[in-house]
Amino acid sequence: MAPKVLAVRDLRKQYGATVAVDGVSFDVNRNEIVGLLGPNGAGKTTTINMILGVLEPTSGTILVDNLDLATKRSQVLERTNFAAVYAPLPGNLTVVQNLRFFGLIYSVNDLSARVETLLEQFDLLAFRHVKCGVLSSGEQTRVSLAKAMLNRPALLLLDEPTASLDPAIAREIRMKIREYAALAGVGVLWTSHNMYEVEDVCDRVLFLSHGRILLEGDPRTLPAAHGKESLEELFIAVANHPEPV
Amino acid sequence: MFSLRRTSAIVLRQFYLMQGSPARVVPLFAWVALDMVTWGFITKYLNAVSGSGFNFVPSLLGAVLLWDFFVRVMQGVTTTFFEDVWSRNFLNIFATPLSISEYVSGMVLSSIATSSIGLVVMLVLATAAFGLSFFFYGVLLVPYLLVLFLFGISLGIIGCGIVLRLGPASEWFIWPIPALISPFAGVFYPLSTLPGWMRFLSRLLPPSYVFESMRSIVQKRPGSPFALLWGAALDVVFLLLASWFFRSIYRHAVRTGLIARYSAESLS
Repeated sequence: MAPKVLAVRDLRKQYGATVAVDGVSFDVNRNEIVGLLGPNGAGKTTTINMILGVLEPTSGTILVDNLDLATKRSQVLERTNFAAVYAPLPGNLTVVQNLRFFGLIYSVNDLSARVETLLEQFDLLAFRHVKCGVLSSGEQTRVSLAKAMLNRPALLLLDEPTASLDPAIAREIRMKIREYAALAGVGVLWTSHNMYEVEDVCDRVLFLSHGRILLEGDPRTLPAAHGKESLEELFIAVANHPEPV
Repeated sequence: MFSLRRTSAIVLRQFYLMQGSPARVVPLFAWVALDMVTWGFITKYLNAVSGSGFNFVPSLLGAVLLWDFFVRVMQGVTTTFFEDVWSRNFLNIFATPLSISEYVSGMVLSSIATSSIGLVVMLVLATAAFGLSFFFYGVLLVPYLLVLFLFGISLGIIGCGIVLRLGPASEWFIWPIPALISPFAGVFYPLSTLPGWMRFLSRLLPPSYVFESMRSIVQKRPGSPFALLWGAALDVVFLLLASWFFRSIYRHAVRTGLIARYSAESLS
């Protein structure tokens, strides 16, 4: 089994004169949670959209399990899944209907059993026949996360997955994702503005600013290595002075 | 590789949406039934007052039925696509292994299911209440339906491409498309009625060959067998153009980030 789940090389996205992502290269290994950090507009979501195949890079390559997204799109996306706070599941379908719909698209084997497991895992049994549109934002996030794990992805992309959750549920969700990454040999790319969460969850972080990776390292040791008290302080320093710290 | 399972997900989603949703189920048969009743009585009235012995039922009511079938096929495709527009589901659905050909096939299969319901309702009403016999058209009914079906699919796919390119509000460009085409297709009158420039455009539209052929049968005139074949050939051209158009728009949307922004609009 290849240690690298995701290999991004010289990834660039340019809109006219604006460079959103400027030659980014990084890897995500199995059993590893990598935090993609940076101020608003740094290029985090653009990078994730390119890895999800919904945005074509201007140049560069994206390999998932050594498969090139540009040429093996379906095979790559069968191994990938995501949850993002700005992409709730259709509100006019119930929780179970949404999971079955996406389960079919991801060609999940023994779909009914998988759906039941996820309903239980994400504490959604009581909402199984409730339309997603009437769920609270926290419940909707749990449904999105259940969808993200339907196909047991090798690569899980999470764009601010706990943004709308209260601290207790957020902690529980973090624990579930950590367990999932450890047990299933999954690589996770995680964006968040919550530095406490990043320190708690991520094995490694990448600081992105103006479309470039400025820093990379262990979130627990990186601040001290750059003369800062905390990850939040380091984040603010990177956001205010987007040059290598 | 093309996956029938992924394609079936689109059909299943439409089924789920229709369960317990009268707003989606009623239009499948209510408007076509209303059309049949209205035009059924109009044709009865025309038969009574014309005194010419000409039977308006197969020419007018039959034309309305076939035209409604075409409209339902087109709307079956566009409505399936609009469900993703309305629920702002583009990012979720296009970030999956589902390919564009699987997605479009799902829309077509959904359209077959929904337009079949409308067709059955129309056939039952037109036959039982107004005496329209489809034996009148003989085996030609099959190519009639096929030519209209393929054209409905093509226009539906083009409509989806327009909405993908121009944004959710542009769906209002799509609903009136059949009404815009209708005068050129000669649904109710021979193409010879039209001025030259309109006739030229009519010749480019597959449905016009269906309605001309249908009128030939009603008037017991021998129709050209090649005319319908020409209509079917035009259908193939339209289908290829529609597929190319949608694929190009999709590629543009992926290149420019339009798909991601479609979803991000939900934040505003």
